[in-house]
Amino acid sequence: MGIFILRRVGVMILTALCLTFVVFFLTNLYPALEKLAKTQGNQRMSDEAVISYLERHGHLQPLLIKYGQWLGVVPGFVHENPETGAITARCATRGMDPSEAPRFCGLLQGDWGFSTVFKDDVSSIIATRLGLTGKLMFWVLVVMVPSALIIGVLAGMREGSRLDRSLSTFSIASTATPEYVSGVILITLLASSAGWKIFKGTATSAADNATLENFLLPVLTISLYGVGYIARMTRASMTEVMTAQFIRTARLKGVSFRNVVLKHALRNALIAPFTVIMLQFPWLLNGVVIVETLFNYKGFGWVLVAAAGNNDISLLLACSVVAVVVVLVTQLISDIGYVFLNPRIQIS
Amino acid sequence: MEPLTWTGSLSVLDPMFLLAWIAFGIAVVVQIVATFLAAEDIVEHEVSASTRKLAEYAVLGVKIIAGLILLMILAYVVGGILMPSLEAKGIVGAVSTRLLPVWIALLATFAASIAFKRRLGLYGKLFDSMVGMIGFAIVMFWVFTAIFGAMDLIVTHDPLAQVSGMKNKVPGTALPDVEGAFPYYLLGGDNLARDVFSRVVKGAWEVVKVAPFATLFAFMVGITLGLPAAYFGGRLDTILSFVSNLILAFPVILLFYLLVTPEIVQTGIPVYMAAVLFIFPIIFMVILINSRFYVQPVKRSVYLVIALVLGLWIYSGVAWNADPLGLIEFPPNLLVVFVSVVFVNSPTVFRIVRGIALDIKTRDYVAAGQTRGEGPWYIMLWEILPNARGPLIVDFCLRIGYTTILLGTLGFFGLGLSPESPDWGSTINDGRKLLSIFPHPALAPAFSLMSLVLGLNLLADGLREESLRD
Repeated sequence: MGIFILRRVGVMILTALCLTFVVFFLTNLYPALEKLAKTQGNQRMSDEAVISYLERHGHLQPLLIKYGQWLGVVPGFVHENPETGAITARCATRGMDPSEAPRFCGLLQGDWGFSTVFKDDVSSIIATRLGLTGKLMFWVLVVMVPSALIIGVLAGMREGSRLDRSLSTFSIASTATPEYVSGVILITLLASSAGWKIFKGTATSAADNATLENFLLPVLTISLYGVGYIARMTRASMTEVMTAQFIRTARLKGVSFRNVVLKHALRNALIAPFTVIMLQFPWLLNGVVIVETLFNYKGFGWVLVAAAGNNDISLLLACSVVAVVVVLVTQLISDIGYVFLNPRIQIS
Repeated sequence: MEPLTWTGSLSVLDPMFLLAWIAFGIAVVVQIVATFLAAEDIVEHEVSASTRKLAEYAVLGVKIIAGLILLMILAYVVGGILMPSLEAKGIVGAVSTRLLPVWIALLATFAASIAFKRRLGLYGKLFDSMVGMIGFAIVMFWVFTAIFGAMDLIVTHDPLAQVSGMKNKVPGTALPDVEGAFPYYLLGGDNLARDVFSRVVKGAWEVVKVAPFATLFAFMVGITLGLPAAYFGGRLDTILSFVSNLILAFPVILLFYLLVTPEIVQTGIPVYMAAVLFIFPIIFMVILINSRFYVQPVKRSVYLVIALVLGLWIYSGVAWNADPLGLIEFPPNLLVVFVSVVFVNSPTVFRIVRGIALDIKTRDYVAAGQTRGEGPWYIMLWEILPNARGPLIVDFCLRIGYTTILLGTLGFFGLGLSPESPDWGSTINDGRKLLSIFPHPALAPAFSLMSLVLGLNLLADGLREESLRD
């Protein structure tokens, strides 16, 4: 088991390095850097001015060295102006004497860079925004997981019944409705002058004070898309268990239907949905970005869109690190959890 | 002029229609609870006659009411077409009159398909399953709407034309001055005073022309890489699986933002990606032909030359925009969208193909082929692939729906497509700012997208059911 986890963690770190390198490469292409120089300096900069700006800030070094500096395994960039002798260093924070700056500064040292859009340290932006998205995700999981499991189990325990068919139709409909569609429909029905105006169409105020009025619609919107998929997986797993030999044996020896479902089938049927729920996280992340944009809830997804739309390189890199880590960690948990939950799997 | 009402002269039906829906809702709930209780009774105790009776009545009731609702919808559509004037037709009637070519094409397709269904293989069997038929009808409705819309048969106005005074007007508003143009905005005007109905119809074409082809390309890539990964295994499999997991671990939206921004497009990376991704269909066709006909050199050479000439011609036009004959043109921003959608979809297809092929690889007929001395590519493409077609066709339908959702996401974030583009995602994005005051410009494309994806999911379900039956 230990070796299995170690190997998985090793692959995970390798994947994370590859992915962050790809993002680093794509965000550090010359046109993006040129735009950065122009937004930081002035819009009508000449080409030479752009190049000298980029050189002064170390953007023209080889890609691998820049990546190493960003990670914090290569000493930070130091530039000395040949004429004036003025020193600029990547690791010097504002107001610090560049010659006293630390040698390394990167992710490993906890220095995530400075956001050019929000004029703040990236690490503090990410921390507060992730907190807000965490709140959203928590409520999404609270709504989504139990309802999906209940729908799936109810539909799967008697395959082909009326209940099964109604619930399956509902799950198909919910997987066919992406967040930007269900969000629009929910706002129209429950938060516009055309429908009942009982909820709010924006969730901006939910950041400080989440109430049912301003938080229910975004939570419901994300949950709806995920419910259908998890419910279908639970149903498939439940129908499979219900046709198993040991269930028939239990029924034949006279165990009541309720007890068969609750005590014998349920536990075995919930192994597969666990993996599915964990693997849903990348999609939830998608949903979060869409819903936070639609409802103007200023969490992680909103920051990602703002960073990508405004060419904020450090912030975008940090966002992608977080996103990639979330996805990879949930994959790891799902793998390990599957092995723990299912004693039939031997690792070797 | 007075604005149009929703149902025109047929509004006598409206209260009945509403009542029928309420009754339908109640009946469905009663039916579910009653059948559930009845089934429980059978298992645990003596059959309680009253519960079973109630369940039977409820089931019957749901069927009758559903039939009534369908009849009334039919009455609205057919009645709307038959009414003499636009005012008498109402919005529903006028829309269904505009869609007349679509109804005719749908009826023709269904009549022909049902008449010959025994001779049509899997497609014919689709018409044995109710779910599959409903799904197929919805999908074909949008396909015909898109095609006839692109031929300008359905649209009432230019989807880009702005008419002053029509900004955010509710459905059925009359135009201020009519000069030969259609006198009403059937589904209202959007925030730039354009006709919502025409935009939705034109938007259908945006989806129909991209989604199936993008999915097809993703399948070509996935199949060409997935089959050898499963068949040869070893290091090739490890590397390809690692790369596909790499792409799958990327959040889709981040990938879109990285690939579709103007700065990246400027560097030409999407074109290089297109150059790599679009070569796979050619490789696929060449291997397919070569492995089949390599014992008949003349036939093989002829087929290969035809495939290569056609393939490379289309390839040069699509990927490099350098068609020597100047016939094929691919707008650069559409290419970026196309490439990113193919790129996101292919790793999933790769995993599915690999999984199925790993299973089929162990079958006896594969071993028989190997003993016969067949080459590995023949076995992969002519033994394994045809036997994997069932799940792949089902996944193909589902994946077109997913691609439609992805295209909508791109439009929703204003990525790639031009800002004036009538595609559904962009229209939803335009409409969402004023959603709580004027919901109709965003609602129409939202329901369209939902119904199309729902149709594709139902179609996939029907296909799965029918292909499992053999």
